[in-house]
Amino acid sequence: MSRRNNKEKAIEVALLMTSGVTVVALFLLCIFLFREGALLFGDHSLVSFITGTSWYPSSSPAKFGLLPLLAGSLIVTAGAVILSVPLGIAAAIYMAEIADPKVAQLLKPFVEILAGIPSVVYGFFGLIVVVPLLQDLLSLPTGQTALAGSIMLGMMALPTIISVAEDAITSVPSSLKEGSFALGSTHWQTIYRVILPAALSGISAAVMLGIGRAIGETMTVMMVTGNTAIIPGIPEGLFDPVRTMTATIALEMGEVPQGSEHFHALFAVGAVLFITTFIINLIADSVKKKYRLQEEA
Amino acid sequence: MSKNENITNIKIENLDLWYGEKQALKDISIDIPKNKVTALIGPSGCGKSTFLRCLNRMNDLVRICRIEGDVLIDEQNIYGKDVDVVDLRKRVGMVFQKPNPFPMSIYDNVAYGPRIHGLSKSEVDERVHKALEDAALMDEVRDRLNDKAFSLSGGQQQRLCIARTLAVKPEIILFDEPCSALDPISTSKIEDLILELKKDYTIVIVTHNMQQAARISDHTAFFLLGELIEFGRTKHIFEDPQIKSTEDYITGRFG
Repeated sequence: MSRRNNKEKAIEVALLMTSGVTVVALFLLCIFLFREGALLFGDHSLVSFITGTSWYPSSSPAKFGLLPLLAGSLIVTAGAVILSVPLGIAAAIYMAEIADPKVAQLLKPFVEILAGIPSVVYGFFGLIVVVPLLQDLLSLPTGQTALAGSIMLGMMALPTIISVAEDAITSVPSSLKEGSFALGSTHWQTIYRVILPAALSGISAAVMLGIGRAIGETMTVMMVTGNTAIIPGIPEGLFDPVRTMTATIALEMGEVPQGSEHFHALFAVGAVLFITTFIINLIADSVKKKYRLQEEA
Repeated sequence: MSKNENITNIKIENLDLWYGEKQALKDISIDIPKNKVTALIGPSGCGKSTFLRCLNRMNDLVRICRIEGDVLIDEQNIYGKDVDVVDLRKRVGMVFQKPNPFPMSIYDNVAYGPRIHGLSKSEVDERVHKALEDAALMDEVRDRLNDKAFSLSGGQQQRLCIARTLAVKPEIILFDEPCSALDPISTSKIEDLILELKKDYTIVIVTHNMQQAARISDHTAFFLLGELIEFGRTKHIFEDPQIKSTEDYITGRFG
């Protein structure tokens, strides 16, 4: 009897430890990121980092202003959201509600394949196809712009948005749909007056996850946005080259001496990125929770 | 005896229905009278709910469903080519087994139908108040029309669904086991309501509860394995059934 109890205990402890590894890893990563980042703030003030409008790491004195990078990330992400959210939700509605189930079954693997393409391939496609196309169509000095980044990121966020939104739409109880039809509403009225509102929090979660995917993406944006650290205007900055936080870290990390000021500045940027994605995930999580509560009600 | 006694409202002729290869309804012919309560009884899977869903073409939503025969409402075949399903469902309302209010306020639930049919704001308001009165729910919700519909009890939710149906001003109301998810007190409220509603509406109700059929219906149809076995005045069906299987079912020998 007690031997059996001991065995149970041992298994429990082992499982606790494995799940503990995740938490510890996250914890260590945070400490590392924030400690290395904080070391920047001996010679530079936190305020000048956050409100600084120029990022000139190799001038003397070096300027580490976050704003151009933050703005670059935000404009590229916002553009991606504007492009991908309507498209993604429309596709989700089509697949969940309108398409013949056979057609929907056929479409699903394609969406999944879209999610599986490596980001460098997206970047390559963007560089070879989208960038020249934008340059020609809009007669820009260069096609490597925030817009190019938005288009590529929008494409990459689509599978996430489609599959999460589709789940949300399909999980609306069919009794609600029938109730609406029975009152003499058309299919479209039923979709936008009953099904979409009922699926709203699931769809918002889809959008937040799409944003999270877009803001953290590095390789693709680096390849197509031109990487100029200038604060973009809104909205005309969409047609200028920009540089995101992620691309800055990826581009510069290989060049800096370890422990230098510049090195710590990149960690500080990383910390800001971490906080941003953390907040977005938190929001996505809370809307998902709300959504579950609503379903249980 | 009212003057409507023998006016047929819904006439079904030789109705067959298949789900894929399986035939769920076999050669059903029945005349459902106007302003009466007609109960459909029979064991689970006998086709009574399927039959009910033929009357507002709810089966259209089932892709593999195929129908032959005629369903005439006021002498018009509702499966005819020129029939608009939306118009049909405005005329033939439906209340479901489980209360299915929309995830919106009490008011908006009832206003849903009038709004999608393009009524003005004041007409909608009038319909909502009238429907809530007629569904005997107004006194309980008067002060909280903007609360979520989910805040109501199960029985109140079902009466809300009835109000929602009434607000569209149908001629016929179909009830698909409306009390099966409710407690006895809520059930008796709904039954009283149905008796009240039959003055203005033709009512067809599917029920598993034979006492309920006996209490509220004027006519009863007994279904078994997709066939209509016996149809007649409720009194006759329960007191003097002509067919052995009807008697067996009613006396509880199977089902």
